[in-house]
Amino acid sequence: MSDFVSDFWAWYVGVIVIASVLGCLWLMKSQDVPTDEGKELDHRWDETLVELDNPLPKWWKGLFYATAVFAAGYFALYPGIGSYAGLLGWSSVGQHTQELKQADERYGPVLAKYLAMPVEAVATNPEAREMGKHMWLTYCTQCHGPDAGGNTGFPNLRDADWIWGGTPDKIKETITLGRQAMMPAYGGQEAAVGGPQGAVEMAHYVMSLSGMKHDAALAAKAAPKFVQVCAACHGVEGKGNALLGSANLTDRYWLYAKGADSTSVQESIVETLIKGRAGKMPAQLDNLGEAKVHLLAGYVYGLRNEGQTEGRAQ
Amino acid sequence: MQATYNYKVVRQFAVMAVVWGIVGMALGVFIAAQLVWPDMTYGIEWLSYGRLRPLHTNAVIFAFGGSALFATSYYVVQRTCHTRILNDGLAAFTFWGWQAVIVAAAISLPLGYTQGKEYAELEWPIDILLGVVWISYAITFFGTVFKRKTPHIYVANWFFGAFILTVGLLHLVNSAVVPVSLTKSYSVYAGVQDAMIQWWYGHNAVGFFLTAGFLGMMYYFVPKQANRPVYSYRLSVVHFWGLIFTYMWAGPHHLHYTALPDWTQSVGMVFSLILLAPSWGGMVNGIMTLSGAWDKLRTDPILKFLVTSLSFYGMSTFEGPMMAIKTVNALSHYTDWTVGHVHSGALGWVAMVSIGSLYYLIPRMFGREEMWSVRLINVHFWLATTGVVLYIAAMWIAGVAEGLMWRATNPDGTLTYSFAEAVKATYPFLFIRFLGGVLYVSGMLLMAWNVYRTATARDARVYDEAPVPNASGAPALAHA
Repeated sequence: MSDFVSDFWAWYVGVIVIASVLGCLWLMKSQDVPTDEGKELDHRWDETLVELDNPLPKWWKGLFYATAVFAAGYFALYPGIGSYAGLLGWSSVGQHTQELKQADERYGPVLAKYLAMPVEAVATNPEAREMGKHMWLTYCTQCHGPDAGGNTGFPNLRDADWIWGGTPDKIKETITLGRQAMMPAYGGQEAAVGGPQGAVEMAHYVMSLSGMKHDAALAAKAAPKFVQVCAACHGVEGKGNALLGSANLTDRYWLYAKGADSTSVQESIVETLIKGRAGKMPAQLDNLGEAKVHLLAGYVYGLRNEGQTEGRAQ
Repeated sequence: MQATYNYKVVRQFAVMAVVWGIVGMALGVFIAAQLVWPDMTYGIEWLSYGRLRPLHTNAVIFAFGGSALFATSYYVVQRTCHTRILNDGLAAFTFWGWQAVIVAAAISLPLGYTQGKEYAELEWPIDILLGVVWISYAITFFGTVFKRKTPHIYVANWFFGAFILTVGLLHLVNSAVVPVSLTKSYSVYAGVQDAMIQWWYGHNAVGFFLTAGFLGMMYYFVPKQANRPVYSYRLSVVHFWGLIFTYMWAGPHHLHYTALPDWTQSVGMVFSLILLAPSWGGMVNGIMTLSGAWDKLRTDPILKFLVTSLSFYGMSTFEGPMMAIKTVNALSHYTDWTVGHVHSGALGWVAMVSIGSLYYLIPRMFGREEMWSVRLINVHFWLATTGVVLYIAAMWIAGVAEGLMWRATNPDGTLTYSFAEAVKATYPFLFIRFLGGVLYVSGMLLMAWNVYRTATARDARVYDEAPVPNASGAPALAHA
């Protein structure tokens, strides 16, 4: 593989690099001449400014030459002179591949051991949990938080609510392939939820499903529309469907609410109805490989045992 | 008729250097505080770190550093060419134009208008104004050199000249954009080429704006204040050409271990190392100029500023090549170590040599030999020195801790620390850095007070001009 589109540019770079190092040496030689040490040169500026004819300090010349020698050595060993690859044959891609290979050799057997175990067993194995925790803190914490308690828009993984299913297989599938949720935006569709006012009514109806404080009159107005529009995904009772990733609306777990109080919940439901939502869990298989995904699935599955929380941690 | 120097433009830039120094450094302290107390500004976007950080860098580099460079270069070029500045009107235009660029930056950056290139954030209309001002500066400076009354060009002017030419070239190349509206544009370069152009610009902004220009300052104010001859003419020749030639190559070390081709990274690293000797040449020439006058260091706080600045210059130009070595860079890159390195150069070298030079220059702008209070200069010196030391020591510790924590792995191959744990480890040091900044700004406030008292002292006069000494070398102020 070459970084150059033609040999011309490789030569162009190579010649200029070599000439430049030589040029630095020539510059040094050109001024390394006998001088009249301690004597003032015969120019004077602004009344008092004069210069001494002192020679270049010896140690300083040595420093300059030493760096030039280093340059020659480095350019002989490593890429730098155009497309010349260097005596060591080193490349950053090569180094990366090599390090990956070493890591695979070293850690591959450990990972393979856990891959052979069912997720449930990984979930209870202390060493596997320790590894899983470190991987969690590297790859998952950004969205789901260090304690897996979630964040606004990012699910809490320590409660009993599983949008896409909480079985070991489903969890592993979620991590492996990722998930793409889709709640349509009903903002402009009068007929669907009845515009902004309809959205407020629907929010009260949705809150009634989990027995939250709501306005019964407003909720009643929205009830027929829920069956027409929302039930297709969320079900007539609003319990959701893990196959579609549609949320369970009866469990008081609100993914997009900024707080657990009814005002925050209502605001978030209205926003969801008007603007829609597009929750995304990125696929990890290409990034991590199956063995690490398996370990993480075990770790996540095991989180259930670390104490379930009501609603979501803020 | 008695020939005169134009002191008005020098005075204007000198005073504004102090003002912008306080503004720019206070902004730095403000964003340092945000790193310690992240919720400090209640999420107000135009007070956010992301918008104020570029304003801080632009303010300290271009407003403070730029004004100091304009002031000293105009002063030095006139006094060492024994001639008045080329054209008063053009010089005045550079002053007002430069201030306009700074004000435009202070408005547009907090509002979020940016080209997204470090140290080159200003949008294209401001870039054009900056370009016009810079060309006027070049004409003024080189025109003055051209009509000089001295046979030789003094070494300070070589450095000022290289700085002016190169910064113009860097600005022209890196700011090439396709505008899509008055406030938005896109770089004409793409991908890794764009990154390379940016860091060719970025590193040479360090090399020419923040180094060559300030070496010009050093070559005038150090021998003047010490009243000693420049140590070695030969050394100044070699390190001048070595410096301006080699800096041009060093940019790729900002892009180690990226998509930049391996050969480019190697070339950047090797020339960064070759740069060590030319850089140290300036330090050696400056410090050796003091030989025979070391005793003055005890009593002269201006000389303390100048010599300390050279020490920090030597230290950061040693640290820079070391950090450019790829294996060292693998640890230091993206950590606070880089921030510490930059500030040992910026606060220790650039700001200290400017402060020392301004303390020499400002009283002369008001017809005095000395500032209102020399003791306050001494206090300022110790505040500044303590501030820098706290700052860079804190950033070294924080940076090395980050670098080590990011790469630490467990026996099972997983990472030992999460990113947040490394952030937590740096937390106390972010506070110490903030304290260092507070000390540094406090010193600048003392300076402002001292300048105010100097300008308003009973015997102070505003000098718009000063007589050019005759060939026999009569003192400049004797007949003023």
